[in-house]
Amino acid sequence: MPKITDYEPIVGINTVEELRILAGKLQGKVIQNINSTAVGGGVAEILNRMVPLLQELGVDARWDFIKGGESFFNATKKFHNALHGKSEEITPQMFEIFMETSQRNIDEVKIYGDIMFIHDPQPIVLVKKKDSMPNSKWIWRCHIDVSTPNKQVWDFLTPFIHQYDGAVFSAPGFSQPLPIRQFLISPSIDPLSDKNKDLPQETIDKVLEKYHIPKDKPIITQISRFDYLKDPVGVIEAYRLVKKRIDCQLIIAGGTATDDPESTKVFAETKEAAGSDTDIHILPIPSGSDIEINALQRASTVIVQKSLREGFGLTVTEALWKAKPIVASSTGGIPLQVKHKYSGLLCHSVSGAAFAIKQLLNSPEYAKRLGENGREHVRQNFLLTRHLKDYMLLFLCMYHPEDVVYL
Amino acid sequence: MNALNKAKEPFKFYTQVSIPELTGLKAANIQELLDLIKTVPGSVIYHHTHRFLQQHQYLSPEPPNDFAYWITGILGEEELGEALYSIDTIQYTTIRELRDEIIRTIENCIVQHPRSLHKFATPGEEFHFVKSVSFIFQTPYTASDLEEFQAVLQRVTINSIYFHMFESRLRIGRGTNDFSNWLEDSLSEKKLANKIASLDPYTHTMENLRITLIKLIEKRIVKSMEKPSEAELAFPKP
Repeated sequence: MPKITDYEPIVGINTVEELRILAGKLQGKVIQNINSTAVGGGVAEILNRMVPLLQELGVDARWDFIKGGESFFNATKKFHNALHGKSEEITPQMFEIFMETSQRNIDEVKIYGDIMFIHDPQPIVLVKKKDSMPNSKWIWRCHIDVSTPNKQVWDFLTPFIHQYDGAVFSAPGFSQPLPIRQFLISPSIDPLSDKNKDLPQETIDKVLEKYHIPKDKPIITQISRFDYLKDPVGVIEAYRLVKKRIDCQLIIAGGTATDDPESTKVFAETKEAAGSDTDIHILPIPSGSDIEINALQRASTVIVQKSLREGFGLTVTEALWKAKPIVASSTGGIPLQVKHKYSGLLCHSVSGAAFAIKQLLNSPEYAKRLGENGREHVRQNFLLTRHLKDYMLLFLCMYHPEDVVYL
Repeated sequence: MNALNKAKEPFKFYTQVSIPELTGLKAANIQELLDLIKTVPGSVIYHHTHRFLQQHQYLSPEPPNDFAYWITGILGEEELGEALYSIDTIQYTTIRELRDEIIRTIENCIVQHPRSLHKFATPGEEFHFVKSVSFIFQTPYTASDLEEFQAVLQRVTINSIYFHMFESRLRIGRGTNDFSNWLEDSLSEKKLANKIASLDPYTHTMENLRITLIKLIEKRIVKSMEKPSEAELAFPKP
């Protein structure tokens, strides 16, 4: 696991120095993170990296979990999808199961933090313990895109959210009318992880060899799950429009979940759309192959993210960090990362994507400049160190209601 | 006189970091945007006219405010966008004055182009009002003369330079930037202080601004090392 000093060459010694000063301002405060699992899923991934780094900076950050049975997690999975705006059948029984397990956790989970940092809906009801800890501050961290939430689930959660001192969302469009303070904290990538660290050219070449991808023509790539919302067939259509004018190849690579029938279906449809074109490489990448994803991104001439809907779009962040010119849909968190014509090109359609890809392939100098801008934008805003800073400021906000705070 | 002075008071470098706080307010057209600009807290206006300075370290400066960016990019009102881009922020010493100028610019445009009122952002592309919560704290760095000052400027974060050049002037309401104040008051470097005060920092990237400041100071240091001319020796300044 990287140490905080390992980030100094990337973000600057002075930035890490500022983090240490901020950590000093949280002396004596215990931050208790609570979520539902230690492994698997984005939240656990973030906490696995953030908690040790906060501790190394001198913040007394800790991490505990709630417990729940299969029926509880089935219900919360449905809640999760419904909050994302997906159509789900939510039954009264699910709410009952949710409340029963929540009550057990209220009785069993030890609550001791000065700041209680509760992640996502699963442990949300723990806030009922707030009254028994009068000096504690409670923050609800919503990692979900709740821009168009299922009303039934949102209304059920609302009375609990109102009891918190603050809530955190990942994009401005996710915020809801609430009587508590709401903060904006974007996700981040770890520049030292396998998915993002620098790779030697030999590693990149080996991965290309493994997947039989020649280096003789430009490579357009989309990295994403095989999911309708990522529009892989739309990417193939855009590639075909580009191919009429510029000889190039296309990689569509990402994970397929064997337990997700939709993903298998989308994969099959994508394969079918590719037909017999040998310049299209549809690659199911097994989970845990982060270095392969990293290599494919680095080998690409242009990276595409033609999603129809997107949460934050961390694959875009990863591509920008590799200084790649990007063509991406203007949806979800993507416009926060890609400013049109500054750090990439935004599109709204297949033909728009194709036009932008052609522009970048035909103007390598322009493409290079966009890529470099993108990398600097990520360095400043979407690396783990910025996330650490935001979390510490969030904790400090609990003790400072004013807009300008002198520490 | 070219010699460098020791400061009466050392310059203490502070820094500033901020976290965005969501207001839950959003606008889908120019009228809604205008109505909210008139009523939101000053911290919101500050956020949307300054956040780009710290967040967008592009190789070239980014368009200088979110209102202009949204009006141009989402509503397609390029003329109004340009009018907002070109507001000379440096000439305003309070958020109130800056807000009034933004309001005046939008109102003028609506009078000239009433059709602009009929343009709506598609769902998901509305303008979201956000405010900046700033935390200000002292760094370990101080400077007592120009050479130390130049050395520290190379070392501190862009957040520190940002605080002394922008935030203290406009948000804290000190009227001019902290560097110029100190150079003039504690080092009697009036000419250098004026040069820095007359920069338009909004058209620089922060790293570029750092280099510009360092170069100005360097020039002054080099000048201090030059031998005085015969005329200066013959007629020394009192």
